[in-house]
Amino acid sequence: MTAGVAEAEGVAGSVAVVRAARSPRRARFIERTGVRVAVAVIAVIWSLPTAGLLISSFRSNADIRASGWWDALLHPFEAAQWTVSNYVSVMKADNLATSFINSLVVTIPAVVIPITMAAFAAYAFAWMRFPGRRLLFAGLDLNGTFLGVWLAHTGFGLPLAIFLLYNYISQLPGDLFESAQIDGASHFQIFRELVVPLSVPALASFAIFQFLWVWNDLLVALVYLGTNEEVATLPARLNELVGTKGESWHLLTAGAFVTMIVPLAVFLLLQRYFVRGLIAGSVKG
Amino acid sequence: MIGANIVSRSSGDLAGRVVRVVAAVTALVLIWVGLDIIRDPDGPARLFASFYDLIGQTSTADAVRERGLDPVQSKLTVMVIALVIGTGGVWLLYVGLNGAVDLLGTRWGERVRPYVFLGPAVAMLSVFLVGPAVLTIIASATEGEGLVANWSFVLTSPDMWLAFRNNIVWLVLGTGGSVVIGLLVATLVDRVKREALAKTFIFLPLAISMVGASVIWRFVYAWAPEGDQQIGLVNAGWTALGNEPVPWLQVPPLNTLALIVIMIWLQTGFAMVVLSAALKGVPSEVIEAARMDGAGERAVFFRVVVPMIRGTLIAVATTISIAILKVFDIVYVTTGGRFETEVLANRMFSEMFSYRNFGRASAIAVILFIAVVPIMVVNIRNLRRQGVGA
Repeated sequence: MTAGVAEAEGVAGSVAVVRAARSPRRARFIERTGVRVAVAVIAVIWSLPTAGLLISSFRSNADIRASGWWDALLHPFEAAQWTVSNYVSVMKADNLATSFINSLVVTIPAVVIPITMAAFAAYAFAWMRFPGRRLLFAGLDLNGTFLGVWLAHTGFGLPLAIFLLYNYISQLPGDLFESAQIDGASHFQIFRELVVPLSVPALASFAIFQFLWVWNDLLVALVYLGTNEEVATLPARLNELVGTKGESWHLLTAGAFVTMIVPLAVFLLLQRYFVRGLIAGSVKG
Repeated sequence: MIGANIVSRSSGDLAGRVVRVVAAVTALVLIWVGLDIIRDPDGPARLFASFYDLIGQTSTADAVRERGLDPVQSKLTVMVIALVIGTGGVWLLYVGLNGAVDLLGTRWGERVRPYVFLGPAVAMLSVFLVGPAVLTIIASATEGEGLVANWSFVLTSPDMWLAFRNNIVWLVLGTGGSVVIGLLVATLVDRVKREALAKTFIFLPLAISMVGASVIWRFVYAWAPEGDQQIGLVNAGWTALGNEPVPWLQVPPLNTLALIVIMIWLQTGFAMVVLSAALKGVPSEVIEAARMDGAGERAVFFRVVVPMIRGTLIAVATTISIAILKVFDIVYVTTGGRFETEVLANRMFSEMFSYRNFGRASAIAVILFIAVVPIMVVNIRNLRRQGVGA
């Protein structure tokens, strides 16, 4: 059975080889074009939902109800159909401006604090010898006020931070540290002068992960801060809007885009570090 | 040489030690004061008032005490203090503790020092991960109607069975869909040059919150009565083909599938990027050799390429599985678990915050934890095999 399949595939392959040999350039051109078209189609499908949101957020409520957002693309230069009033409305009346600041207040410390702690811990795991080292690391694998959210996000972010930084810091050249130690440097000096500067790429990867995770988080924000407008983060506030104004698409689309703009910008600017971190966590680097 | 460079800056003498002890004490005091300010809602106002007193502006100080601060100013003050504590303060804490350890002398100092480096991280993990896990297990036996009632509800009620069923469908279709499409795109993209732009478009949803994604897709699935203008992309296409419009988020079992599509949309970019890196690592000589032996494209792919990136496939699948088991936001925002779309994490949230039934919520949390553990074990063993991790 398997042999038969292999044989059939072998025959198919040799037919392809013969065909390709007849006009190799043309065959390669057709293949490349086909692949390009397929990739382009998938990329377009993946972008359509976000494109619809973005376009609708600049249309009036009446327009959104009267025609699909794709209709606006048929006459894009008709300036009268575009408006920013949805954004003005959600930022002011629906208080997304406050939530925007809340999100910043929640996110920045919740990214910075775990990095310091995780870097120290990762260095200790990688380059210090002490009883219980393996045991501790195996254990870690399992898993109202702004202060509470920061600490919670620090706690939840630490396992990934220690994992990523441990992988990176343990791969740093050991002889560098050895020679520093022979010259009388303490662990603390090695950490501050060598490990931290050398680990900037890994620190940046984790910072982006943690930033996206904290900014986009709904669960921790709901549990620790609730939906009180004074402290609610953007996702919590947007979720409230869905509940209270579920059919006001002009507000929801603008609101959703307000919540997305910062992570999208961070992501597009720092994509390289983000990808590096993703790959470091899953593939042997 | 580098070592000598570092050491020249150090100060091992008595004066240096005194400075370090002073630093440790200062750090503790500063952290204490800072924590006090950010814990108290009026803390920033008090801080500003004392500052105005200090520079002699007594009337301004009284005004601030009276009326408080502007909310934005107050929040930003809290954030700045938190950042100072979170970086400077935490750093000073390590410096101070490290200095204190130096006082113990070489022999004991070197034994204690690793725990100084680990201490704060381990403390945070105990307080926010291990502690809650233990408390949750206890709560599932003691809170609400007690051990038997909580667990018999969780394991036998039809509501929960629906959630279990949906979670399994999510796991199979969501993980499978993300990995298969991700692998397909990675393979295709691997064959064309200048693929960065297309990759970015597929990757972009990864930066979008699940709440944002839910709003985006509620709009895609939007429904209007037949004859009215369909403003949702899916229903516009569906009616253009001559069908009646379908309220996709309200008709089971279609609605669960519609929600899984959102997750696939979010996760495919992750699978694509990681698998794409793994595909680049497959040596082209191996593929060429297989082709020389007469293997067709499909055989090369399934018998040569897939086995070579097996470790990465497992890593991607387990990571997405865990994300899916925890899925809560998508269901919460789109359907709230109605119309037979309930999943475990959403049920846990509603038991906790809508029905205030902590015992049941804790029991569901324990189930989720038990479900995640084997996936974690597979993931860690797989990473170890690849030489990543401890």
